[in-house]
Amino acid sequence: MNQKLVVNPIKCDAHGICAELFPERVRLDDWGYPIIDPGPIPHALLSHARRAVIACPVLALTLVRADER
Amino acid sequence: MTPATPVEADATQPVGFPRLLAQARVDLDTHVAQYGPLPVVHSRVQRAQLIDEVERSGLRGRGGAGFPTGRKLRAVADKGRRNAVVANAAESEPASFKDAVLLSRSPHLVLDGAVIAANAVRADTVFLVIERRNTAVHAVVADAIGARARTADDRVRIEIVTVPSRYVAGEESAAVNFINTGVAKPTFVPPRPFERGVRGRPTLVQNVETLANVALIARYGADWFRTVGTREEPGSLLVTLTGAVVRPGVYEFPLGTPISNALGTANTSLDQIGAILVGGYFGSWLPPSALPALRLTHASLREAGGTLGSGVIGILSDQSCGVAETARIARYLAEESAEQCGPCIHGVRALADAMDTLTRGGSAARDTLPNLQRWLGDIAHRGACHLPDGAVGLVGSSLRVFADDVTAHSVHGRCIHADSRAVLRMPDRATRDWSWT
Repeated sequence: MNQKLVVNPIKCDAHGICAELFPERVRLDDWGYPIIDPGPIPHALLSHARRAVIACPVLALTLVRADER
Repeated sequence: MTPATPVEADATQPVGFPRLLAQARVDLDTHVAQYGPLPVVHSRVQRAQLIDEVERSGLRGRGGAGFPTGRKLRAVADKGRRNAVVANAAESEPASFKDAVLLSRSPHLVLDGAVIAANAVRADTVFLVIERRNTAVHAVVADAIGARARTADDRVRIEIVTVPSRYVAGEESAAVNFINTGVAKPTFVPPRPFERGVRGRPTLVQNVETLANVALIARYGADWFRTVGTREEPGSLLVTLTGAVVRPGVYEFPLGTPISNALGTANTSLDQIGAILVGGYFGSWLPPSALPALRLTHASLREAGGTLGSGVIGILSDQSCGVAETARIARYLAEESAEQCGPCIHGVRALADAMDTLTRGGSAARDTLPNLQRWLGDIAHRGACHLPDGAVGLVGSSLRVFADDVTAHSVHGRCIHADSRAVLRMPDRATRDWSWT
């Protein structure tokens, strides 16, 4: 099943680790908050995405089904 | 065809037009004489009939998003047996008055709709959410609830909830959050209120104008409802006309009405319009050249690059500076940020700062334009609520519609519009409600 990366913007504190670990899909805005590509993540990149999810210090990132929301 | 309503036939003739907007306050006796008793929606069959009828009516939410009401009712009804209803009248939009006017004139129509909806989705409580500053409306509604005690449907309790007068306090997750925790800030969704809302229960959040329409559909049926409006967007709409309008105020029009006709009703001359703000402070500017094609529907305004939102139409005269006007609104939106999400805290404030810089004009204005364009691209859809999206829509549309003014400000320091006084209403900073609790 396709998955996508979602950030809870209320939790997010702009640590920026996600953009470092997963630059293929995450870049930072002028204030250091992540801008996430909303599309489904290809299988080959899923392990990078999971690493970003685990590394987020405030647990703001989740992988959800691509058709959610 | 199924009977229009689960009610025993009564002698009441369907209302004419306007459907919702009474000339003066309608008390309970007058209300019952005009509309008949509260339709009974207690059995499983009656609940199913009511939801089918609302679905068939094509009614969509009148709070701004325009989501099909029948589908929302069904989603909550399917969830469980102890649900909740939030009747939302927290129109914190400073330009909008339609919910306040509706509630103060026809409180019983709204309360009927809320009780009918509660019965349909098996909720035992209606939380009627009113803005804290709206004490006059509060008094009318409290009075109406008291008057109903002798006739009321005792399965449903109605509780008034007064929320802070903050812009996003009426957003559905914020209203539910306030009831649950006392803080009127939006929450991250999902879970949406229909999944987990008040006290964790599946919760139907409906705008009060939507509920008033439910009260009419329950009595007169979907076919009657569809005799007004368009095929895709049936019914009537409460509209707040504001700004450079001769007779500003709340009006009711059939959906699909040409906006030029609506402005004509308010005695507004069409040849001095500088720009039209559709969808309120959360909406978009449209140029006067768009006017002939504009109709009061979500579809028409979307096609023109705007939104219908909660039905605010603001007019700016061709004597006014659209850059200065937008800067004021953008600042208001930035000040109304719940300061929970980075893209809103920093991004919306940056938009407001850039619009101020643009208003002052000169080389700083020139320098800020590329940043402003980048922020407009970056900020949208990144907040827990839609405040950043609204600010992006407003500011982005101002750069298109007031392109000449933007150029004049950045090249000559100012535009030809000497009159930069505020046209659109903004709450006074000194007396504003700054609290979230």
